[in-house]
Amino acid sequence: MNIELIANFSYIVSAVLFIFGLKMLGSPATARRGNMLSSIAMLIAVCAGLTAEGIVSYEFIIGGMVVGSVIGALAARLVGMTSMPEMVALFNGSGGGASLLLGWSTLYGGDISTFTAVTILLAILIGGVTFTGSLIAWGKLSETIGSAALVFKGQRIVNSLILIGIVGAGYMFTMDPAADSQWLYIMLGLALLLGVMAVIPIGGADMPVVISLLNSYSGIAACAAGFAINNNILIVAGSLVGAAGMILTNIMCKAMNRSLVNVLFSGFGAVKQGKSIEGEVKPISVEDAYYLFEAASNVCFVPGYGMAVAQAQHVVKELGQILEANGCEVSYAIHPVAGRMPGHMNVLLAEADVPYEQLVEMDDINPRIENVDIAVVIGANDVVNPSARDDEDSPIYGMPIINVDQARTVFVLKRSMASGFSGVDNPLFFGENTRMLFGDAKESISGVISEFG
Amino acid sequence: MEVVFLTFILVLSVFLGFELISKVPATLHTPLMSGANAISGITLAGAFLGAGAVDSQLGTWLGTAAVTLASINVVGGYLVTDRMLGMFKSKREVGK
Repeated sequence: MNIELIANFSYIVSAVLFIFGLKMLGSPATARRGNMLSSIAMLIAVCAGLTAEGIVSYEFIIGGMVVGSVIGALAARLVGMTSMPEMVALFNGSGGGASLLLGWSTLYGGDISTFTAVTILLAILIGGVTFTGSLIAWGKLSETIGSAALVFKGQRIVNSLILIGIVGAGYMFTMDPAADSQWLYIMLGLALLLGVMAVIPIGGADMPVVISLLNSYSGIAACAAGFAINNNILIVAGSLVGAAGMILTNIMCKAMNRSLVNVLFSGFGAVKQGKSIEGEVKPISVEDAYYLFEAASNVCFVPGYGMAVAQAQHVVKELGQILEANGCEVSYAIHPVAGRMPGHMNVLLAEADVPYEQLVEMDDINPRIENVDIAVVIGANDVVNPSARDDEDSPIYGMPIINVDQARTVFVLKRSMASGFSGVDNPLFFGENTRMLFGDAKESISGVISEFG
Repeated sequence: MEVVFLTFILVLSVFLGFELISKVPATLHTPLMSGANAISGITLAGAFLGAGAVDSQLGTWLGTAAVTLASINVVGGYLVTDRMLGMFKSKREVGK
């Protein structure tokens, strides 16, 4: 009894530390300590969990922990910052998978009440959806499978059938909950299938929403598992994560001016085409770009996923420093959905040692964009597309954008004239004050830097 | 009563979560997400019982697999978040 009491008090300490840790993650100055605090909370919870009554053998526990820790640590050390979204997707998936397995293994623990049976099913369902959904998201992000939205005829009917099947199997299972119930296996299969079906119709450009949502699911799954095994700390920590993921999901949806339902159920690009664009593209040479940079007193970089692909963040920062030394004000404007996950660009620029004070949000830069001499668009497209503001027929109409077209001059660094991830034409390229700097972003910027030489 | 009690905890934590996260600046969204993701590996604390206690062999294997996956989530999540956050520097630190 005493050990159990101590374990439960430790859970309270752990919950408090989780809360402080998350709070400290809210500011760049304290974030690292916050993460440390939250890992201490985890350590306390894990130690308390190890004292649970009824654990007879520790070999399997230790074996599992060692294997898992080694895999996790290696992955965390080796991953490049560009592929961070894939990594987070995989970690999400393993969290969901763990909750599914925990729920399942609880069935072998003895008699099960109806309430416990329901929570076990929820852990299996949400955990399963998180698991396969994350794997598909990983596949799309790493382009192992096509990143385009996959929509087929009758998709909604199939999904509805799966949902009906889940409700039916769930009902039959709770009537007679047993580990060898055939309904359990049907449930498992349908949950895993639902995860796949939920993510395939979502296009690559909407991935920030999906990752946030799956993050939320992994928390909710842990929460359901907590109900199944009557464990407070799982419920508290799981619901904190669930709430956090929901908020991020909501922020991402707002940043694209789309409802969550719209993101989840309608493939992008299946919409009507906007106006076709006429005009002339004005290319610029590296040398001419240099003269303009040299004279500029306010430069704003607007990065997108293309910067990550070209690995241009280091040269961008180098150019930024040269410009600053030249007496120019430099900032980096980051759209909430630039990149493949929320805040992806910020991490890449931080990796290149750009101080976080220079990273500004869309709402901060837009009111003063007219004072910007040169807005440099690097590998971004949809998030600076003026048709989102002006063309009611455009599929991305209504999405808030960074108004780079209102800066004095816009440089667009681009490989070629291909359209963006959403497949929408961009009138920015034909703008009066736009100059196209064609070629690999990294090489172009290195070229400008050597002109400064 | 147990159900009511657990639900009570759930509802309060959800509200707390909303309060805590809604003020995080966009700059920190990625670390926040991977940090929160690491927390969702809390399943680990509950998975021990499955891996170490259950009489059935399949149950033990399921529990062990849960422990493994959750450990990946926890260890990987915290380390990668720490690695990212280590990169965020203020102007003062970069100048050094």
